[in-house]
Amino acid sequence: MVAVYVIIGIVVVLAIILWVLYNGLVRLRNQVKNAWAQIDVQLKRRYDLIPNLVETAKGYMKHERETLEAVTNARNLAQQASSAGAGERAKAEGELSSALSRLLAVVENYPDLKANQNFLALQEELTSTENKISFSRQFYNDSVLRYNNQTQMVPSNIVAGMFGFKASEFFEVTVTTEREAPKVSFT
Amino acid sequence: MLTIGMGVLLILIGYFLGAAFDSAVAGLVIAILIWVILSLVAYFQGDSILLSMSRAKKIKRDDHPRLYNIVEEMKIASGLEKMPDIYIIDDPALNAFATGRDPNRASVAITSGLLQKLNRDELQGVIGHEISHIKNRDVLLMAMCGVLLGTIVLLAWYGSRFLIFGGAGSRRSSSSGGGGQGQIIILIVALVFMILAPIFAQLIYFAISRKREYLADASSALYTRYPEGLASALEKLGASTGQLKSANKATAPMYIINPFRKKGMKASDLTSTHPPISERIRILRAMAGVSFNEYDQAYSKVHGGKRVIPAASIAAETVPITTTKLEGEAGEPNEIQRARETSDVMWRLNNYNTIKCDCGAKLRVPPKFKESTIKCPHCGRTHQV
Repeated sequence: MVAVYVIIGIVVVLAIILWVLYNGLVRLRNQVKNAWAQIDVQLKRRYDLIPNLVETAKGYMKHERETLEAVTNARNLAQQASSAGAGERAKAEGELSSALSRLLAVVENYPDLKANQNFLALQEELTSTENKISFSRQFYNDSVLRYNNQTQMVPSNIVAGMFGFKASEFFEVTVTTEREAPKVSFT
Repeated sequence: MLTIGMGVLLILIGYFLGAAFDSAVAGLVIAILIWVILSLVAYFQGDSILLSMSRAKKIKRDDHPRLYNIVEEMKIASGLEKMPDIYIIDDPALNAFATGRDPNRASVAITSGLLQKLNRDELQGVIGHEISHIKNRDVLLMAMCGVLLGTIVLLAWYGSRFLIFGGAGSRRSSSSGGGGQGQIIILIVALVFMILAPIFAQLIYFAISRKREYLADASSALYTRYPEGLASALEKLGASTGQLKSANKATAPMYIINPFRKKGMKASDLTSTHPPISERIRILRAMAGVSFNEYDQAYSKVHGGKRVIPAASIAAETVPITTTKLEGEAGEPNEIQRARETSDVMWRLNNYNTIKCDCGAKLRVPPKFKESTIKCPHCGRTHQV
């Protein structure tokens, strides 16, 4: 009789442990998904801002046709890559970021443009969107790290294996130019 | 742990108070009842009471896009689900605070003085600190501790008076049998306890508050990935001497710096809600990276081996990220521009209408202005209101 109670007790404890671990994994996986959606929102916001910015800057920056075109092209390429996987997408977005920082660096040479209220408002929006992209990427990667740790560490890795929780991919910046300071050329 | 300590203090004081009334249970019930009522009020009304007391004005996105954006950035970085409300307090003193009983109905408030003094990075550090108070649920924790503290002080005050003036008289008649000696000893112990309890409660309260400040600093560094932003903001805050007019003792732990510190006071002792600013800056600048672990190491370097961050938080590591900072000096307004921007917002929030004259003057039209046209006092042009 006692043995039966002991066995029942062990089964109940195991079930509770399983339950807690499973729910923890689901919560982390949803957090990763949600964080990814956040990055998406911010990247879309950037696609919407860029045409406005280029349009405003065009009138003032007669000698920067190439820089402006590079931004527009990078934006279109990034938008096309938005349906691709995390790796390819990160590359396209990295190109766009570096094209943008080149543009904002040459703005320094155009005092009229810097005094334009509309442009200043756009620039604040763009700066902030750029930050939001970084921060949502940061939160996404932290979430992925926590989730991957859970799927690989004992004992939750057993539960993860049983129910098919797979490790997620980091959103890494693969383009080296983004890490460099933008170069300003006075040609 | 410290919170439980305060709860135990409260129950003990209730017990001794009850002993004075010949019924320990009654005292306990009174203590707990008062605590529950005060907690409920603090829980449901705390944020609106605090915000109206400090005369804060709520802003929308268009009122101050930069501030709104920074709050949104920190909301994203911390993984908060809902955007907190943003308030501006019209006060030249430098301070900021967060409030709200849970992360889904939170607010951050900042003085207009601070808003014009800080650049974007510094503002980000300060907002990161406030957002982490929300994220770590410090607002709720400190409200509950504040209520506990208040109840203890209240009960001890009444209790000691009952013991001194009322207790002795009634006791003489009731203790006709034996055991009078034992009762007197209990009375003396109770009296000593009544005097000491509020002091201990206050010290515990301050210790909790300081610990949460360190945690919020560490979280801010983690969210912004840039401890220098907060460090340099704290430097500006520390150099200021203005005191916040509308600050309140009960809400002090929610501010970024202690609103009651005196000029030149070194608040390193046990009786402050906030750690000394210079020390907070030293820790932030000693950080080798941005994670909790590195904050903890920097803290122990400054403090000779002691630790401050709860072990549960340290377990969560982070992925290092190189953030692209686009903000060159190009788009960043300087201090004069920020001051103009902030005063524009304050006028607008007070329902003043601003008209820009061609001569460069700005006309502020009060909300009660009856005429349909107004003359520029500088150049004499007439404007439609």
